[in-house]
Amino acid sequence: MAAVTSVGETPAAAAASRPRGMQARRRRRLNAFRYVVFTVFGLFFLLPLLAMARFSLEGAKLGTWSATAWTQIASYQGTGVPPLLSSIEITLELAVITCVVTLALLVPTMIWVRLRVKWLARPMEFLSLLPLTIPAIVLVVGLGPIYNRIQHYELSALMLFWVYVILALPYAYRALAAGLGAIDVETLSEAARSLGASWFTVMFRVIAPNMRQAILNALLLTWALVLGEFTIAYLLLYNNLQEELYSISRNTPNAGVIFSTSFAALLFAFVLLLILSYAGRRRRGRG
Amino acid sequence: MAVAATTETGAQPSRAGRRPSIPAWAGTVPFLAYVAVFLLWPTGIVVVDSLKNPNGSWAVSNITKLGDPLVRPYFIGSFKLCLLSSVFGAVLGAILAYAVASGNPDGLVRRLYLAVSGVLAQFGGVTLAFAFLVLIGPVGLLFHASWFYEFPWGITVIYTYFQIPLMVLVFLPAIDGVKVQWREASENLGASAWHYWRYVGGPLLMPAFLGGTLLLFANALSAFATIIAWENQISYIVPQQISTALSSEVGLSNVNVADLLALGMVIMVAIVMTGYALLQRRAARWLR
Repeated sequence: MAAVTSVGETPAAAAASRPRGMQARRRRRLNAFRYVVFTVFGLFFLLPLLAMARFSLEGAKLGTWSATAWTQIASYQGTGVPPLLSSIEITLELAVITCVVTLALLVPTMIWVRLRVKWLARPMEFLSLLPLTIPAIVLVVGLGPIYNRIQHYELSALMLFWVYVILALPYAYRALAAGLGAIDVETLSEAARSLGASWFTVMFRVIAPNMRQAILNALLLTWALVLGEFTIAYLLLYNNLQEELYSISRNTPNAGVIFSTSFAALLFAFVLLLILSYAGRRRRGRG
Repeated sequence: MAVAATTETGAQPSRAGRRPSIPAWAGTVPFLAYVAVFLLWPTGIVVVDSLKNPNGSWAVSNITKLGDPLVRPYFIGSFKLCLLSSVFGAVLGAILAYAVASGNPDGLVRRLYLAVSGVLAQFGGVTLAFAFLVLIGPVGLLFHASWFYEFPWGITVIYTYFQIPLMVLVFLPAIDGVKVQWREASENLGASAWHYWRYVGGPLLMPAFLGGTLLLFANALSAFATIIAWENQISYIVPQQISTALSSEVGLSNVNVADLLALGMVIMVAIVMTGYALLQRRAARWLR
């Protein structure tokens, strides 16, 4: 890491007579380059968000300010679409269900594979990361017949959780794998077993508490994913937050409420991921 | 381990009197069953249905219909958009990653840009299209770009917004892996900055850069929400046409169009991701 700091500050051997001047000049040039880059990219990233924030505060007349769009979030009822609040509710419920199912599916299985069926570790990693390479739009084509059958029994949009778990799988898997890799699972489980613990105790009272941070990461990533999902809900004709925003924008282009809700959802995701990056700062980021 | 060992060796006497043991892999059945039903089955449906006629008989020749003038334009459109947005995203992202990497590794700027990149790389979708609409669209606050609704320029700019942060995330570890000693060594041998980048730094980072570009390509390929919120009347790319085909089964006479388009996408993604995996392996040789 220390090497990186000095990339642009290496004393040039060729300029041995005046190493300090050379070094200072190169550093100045590098710093100028960095500030220009940070400013330009910062503006590119910031301006669309600011434009959205400004539009969410637009009054009835162009150029005026008003908070109507923000207060409307709770009460907005577009023509031909369900109330905005109900789709927010259903999205939050979906997020909770997806998180619970994803963790219930992954955590015990991953620990079990690590402890008892090591030969399944590679296939499991492959399966868990597979959804990254199958676009949601492809998945949805194949899901049609399956969801036909599900809708036979239950029509609620909450049924989307079945496939959201699949979408969340790669992110949750990577977060959990990092946490599991950081602790000495074998020693912990041998110690617990030799003291007479059952496999259940080993999993849920010994190992799982030791990967609390990884579980939190997986939770937040899954949560953020569900809040932003559009493709599958839209194509399977379900209503969730993103689909609702899209429908409102079709009926009432430039309705202030879509900007305030979008901005609120974005801020929410931002806060979640900041929590994540601060809570797990010592670990390296994804990539 | 113990359970697996007994079942494998199958030692009869030691087993006698014990209750029949369940093999250890049985614990993974719920996970495997779930993945099979909601991931493998749907993917299988896509592949099988696209290679069948509506009457149920096999027709592997369907795959040649991917070149049919009815579907080709969408693949060309997808290719154009993915190529443009991944090249722009990769070049700009690499520049930003270099600027970030050359600063203090524990500094505020680096932490801020990494955290923001993590959020923005996921920030595609409907919301992003709205944000650009009110920035440079017909009602834009900054300016009214006459090319906003022109394919592929308007949508390329929008895609670049989430491509750059993704490139920063995947390319930064590679830049961090470049050792200062390499630069010092080349300078000791009399290399200028240009020589260093042309013969040492550039070739070393090239596999990681190309790998990142391919990842961005795959990322743009599967994006759907952003472009449908940008333009929902005209189909330019494959995902849009899949959506159209799903809601109205018209088009090719005897093929399930949505399945065929989806198969085409699976093939494209598979090619791109294979290239990515190969380049990653090459990149890992020096940069660790």
